[in-house]
Amino acid sequence: MEIISGISLWIIPVMIGFILMYGTFKKVPTYESFVDGGKEGIKIAVSIIPFLVGMLVSISIFRASGALEYLMSWIGPGLLAIGVPPEILPLAIIRPISGTAALGMTSDLIATHGPDSFLGRLASVLQGSTDTTFYVLTVYFGAVGIRKMGDALKVGLWADLVGIIVAIIVVTLFFGAN
Amino acid sequence: MVNYIWVGLTIIGLVFAAINGTMNEVNEAIFKGAAEAVTLCISLISVLVFWLGMMKIAEDSGLLNKLTALFKPFVRRIFPDVPSNHPALGYILSNMIANMFGLGNAATPLGIKAMEQLKELNGGINEASRSMVTFLALNTASVTLVPTMVIAIRMKYESVSPTEIVGPTLVTTILSAIAAILIDRFFYYRRIRKG
Repeated sequence: MEIISGISLWIIPVMIGFILMYGTFKKVPTYESFVDGGKEGIKIAVSIIPFLVGMLVSISIFRASGALEYLMSWIGPGLLAIGVPPEILPLAIIRPISGTAALGMTSDLIATHGPDSFLGRLASVLQGSTDTTFYVLTVYFGAVGIRKMGDALKVGLWADLVGIIVAIIVVTLFFGAN
Repeated sequence: MVNYIWVGLTIIGLVFAAINGTMNEVNEAIFKGAAEAVTLCISLISVLVFWLGMMKIAEDSGLLNKLTALFKPFVRRIFPDVPSNHPALGYILSNMIANMFGLGNAATPLGIKAMEQLKELNGGINEASRSMVTFLALNTASVTLVPTMVIAIRMKYESVSPTEIVGPTLVTTILSAIAAILIDRFFYYRRIRKG
């Protein structure tokens, strides 16, 4: 546990230090490279605005109408019985389908329950640890014209399910269940 | 798929509000949700600019290529059907490294290149080969070293320790990548047994 907290604390500063020293050693114009790469960051942040607006409005409507609460009262007890916090279900369902939609749900969960709550941490880990199966499937296979996907979808979705279970276990072990 | 979920969420919410008498809250939620999304994206800029700037240095200095070479023996074992000097391996590796460092935009074209090579290796037919399924499995569980966007969101909502999830995320992502490879193997051997 302490090693993992250590990683959380040290990994970013160590990577930055290493990259800067390595770049200087290899005679890269570090500052110019940095600025050049940084421009890409602005583009990405601006380009995801429509995705997030669409998804967050939709989630907000669903929540404000009381539909989410109603859904939770139905499926909540069953999920709780097997150790799954019901609030995570919408994120778990959308995570394999759309990355930006999942980003919207993650930020909604973090905003609603707080970043340092169990749900906030679980949403953070879940968002960070898996990728969108359907995106990879449609984009990669679509681009090269693969029509018979074989076991690809099954493998991807089983892997996603295992990822969610692992995330719940790791967050519970690491931060405790509240 | 995402279209149906999106419309479904919205319409169910609207119908529910009509029945439940929560139209007032819904009206407010529409504009609050939109505003929230924009401020969130603006707050993502800081972390994205910084991280992608750093990554550009890593790329220009050849550090990412170095890492690619380091991971090669490991990836060769996961893809036994790909000859060790085939260009497909190179693209698969670059795609993995890009994903690892949170360079999603760079990862996609590399992934498509890898798929092209794998298709050629498979005789150019429109059927997914064993290696393609493995590549997909590995990608869906993509190992991320630093989940930058998540850290930015946690910062925006005033987490006491925005980066505390980095270690647990790394553990989760490695475990689920291993699980993905095992699941892929399981389905492969099941196919073989069936003939």
